[in-house]
Amino acid sequence: MTISPQAGPLDVDKIRADFPILHMEASPGVKLAYLDSGASSQKPLAVIEAMNTYYRSQNANIHRAVYTLGEVATEAYEAARAKVAKFINASKPREIIFTRNATESVNLVAQTWGRANLKEGDLVLLTEMEHHANLVPWQMLAAEKGIRLEFIPVTEEGILDLAALPALLEQKPKLVSFTAMSNVLGTITPAAEIVRLAHEASALAMIDGAQSVPHLPTDVQALDVDFLAFSSHKMLGPTGLGVLYGKLDLLNAMPPFMGGGDMIKRVELRSFTTNEVPQKFEAGTPAIAEVVGLGAAVDYLMAVGMDAVAAYDHELTAYALERLEEVQGLKVFGPGIEHKSSNASFTFEGAHPHDVAEILNRHGVATRAGHHCAMPLHNKFGIPSTTRASFYLYNTKEEIDQLIEALYKVKEIFG
Amino acid sequence: MDDLYREVIIDRYQNPRFRGELDPHDYSYQDDNPVCGDHVRIDLRVDENDTITEAKFSGEGCSISQASADLLVEKITGMKLEDVRQLGKADVLELLGIDLGPVRLKCALLSLKVLKGGVYGLDDVMTLDELAAS
Repeated sequence: MTISPQAGPLDVDKIRADFPILHMEASPGVKLAYLDSGASSQKPLAVIEAMNTYYRSQNANIHRAVYTLGEVATEAYEAARAKVAKFINASKPREIIFTRNATESVNLVAQTWGRANLKEGDLVLLTEMEHHANLVPWQMLAAEKGIRLEFIPVTEEGILDLAALPALLEQKPKLVSFTAMSNVLGTITPAAEIVRLAHEASALAMIDGAQSVPHLPTDVQALDVDFLAFSSHKMLGPTGLGVLYGKLDLLNAMPPFMGGGDMIKRVELRSFTTNEVPQKFEAGTPAIAEVVGLGAAVDYLMAVGMDAVAAYDHELTAYALERLEEVQGLKVFGPGIEHKSSNASFTFEGAHPHDVAEILNRHGVATRAGHHCAMPLHNKFGIPSTTRASFYLYNTKEEIDQLIEALYKVKEIFG
Repeated sequence: MDDLYREVIIDRYQNPRFRGELDPHDYSYQDDNPVCGDHVRIDLRVDENDTITEAKFSGEGCSISQASADLLVEKITGMKLEDVRQLGKADVLELLGIDLGPVRLKCALLSLKVLKGGVYGLDDVMTLDELAAS
């Protein structure tokens, strides 16, 4: 997961034309600057229309339908699975499991692989910069089974302290689960290296890709990662849909997650046998229209090119860091631009992040204030919350200028 | 800029009159707004007639949450507990002198929730959502 500077340039005007919501006014006469894609991205017409088309002309329940419409729906659903597999370079579409969100993907691994393979005293290695989604599922398992949790530390600069990793790996963790891009600090972690070191220590490796997959090219085979969790709605797709990638041999060996329709081969009154992967992990009617929408989102991102997306996000982030530095009393958290992309979280002396975000909103700038579901990381830096501006392929430098101008208004009020 | 950041709110946020803790106290309660991490604690001293003789708040959070705590603590000093129990959303909004949208309303009502937790005990406390809808 690296940023290739050779990527072809991205035509942001052409891209913006595809996103209807970006042309709305925040309030009468005030342009909207949507700087909260780290929380949820906007959707291009291609995604909205793919879901409309599905409901207008393809809607039926999938699998087991003999009639044509059911076949059309099943084909649309499975075609999207193949697109997602190609997007992250999985070797087979069967390695793509659809879930409700990245959170559910992590929970699935914790509740199936974790319950079956971890026993009291076993170690799961996480990092101090995890989102609650890659923290709480393991805490729940720790409470249930007595597994141990350890954490790769975060340095003052806001990167992972890899010097601490060898000693942690000597404790023989069974799994190393970590984010490839911090949702607060924007830190891009050395994912391939951590996976390699985990494997050398005979541990499995899981990546929380909720932030990295939308912003950086992802190749699960090159990474050799065992599990990858990510969300549709942060990568131009609809809400209510997440993805879990897993290596097929691992998925085959794991017990099922939820029980119900579709995940079974045979059911008797007191017993069942499970269906094959991926249906084994997709109990009940899935979010069919959303999966079709994600397929369109993946098509869109691949047409732009993930190298171009990564290079553009990085350029915007560099510009934002440079401009934020001009504002007196403002402190940006996280490493310098060489280790970072896609967001900037900051505090403003004398003004609470919630008030900052409120005033920014009054000037049309949509940002997020709070702990961004990473309370331990905020505690580490001794702050309860930050204001976060996050960037994506449709944002512009003019929007970052709008953010800076609005920050001067904060200064006028709280200065 | 409308009047969300009225002078009184910025003033109370930057120069609170009733920030602190009381030790000993007769009542103390604290709570968080999980949405934004705001935290408020209120300590009360009460005389034999159930009148509040002294009150302080502590915590951290946005200007709305901290200013409303300062104003609310000022208002209840000298009040009888039974009258404090009658306080509601409208009283807090009157103290602030502004109307608030659904998100910031919860910032403003956190101190009321904490106060009610202190004087009623945990079991009867409304959630922030319930208070906001009250």
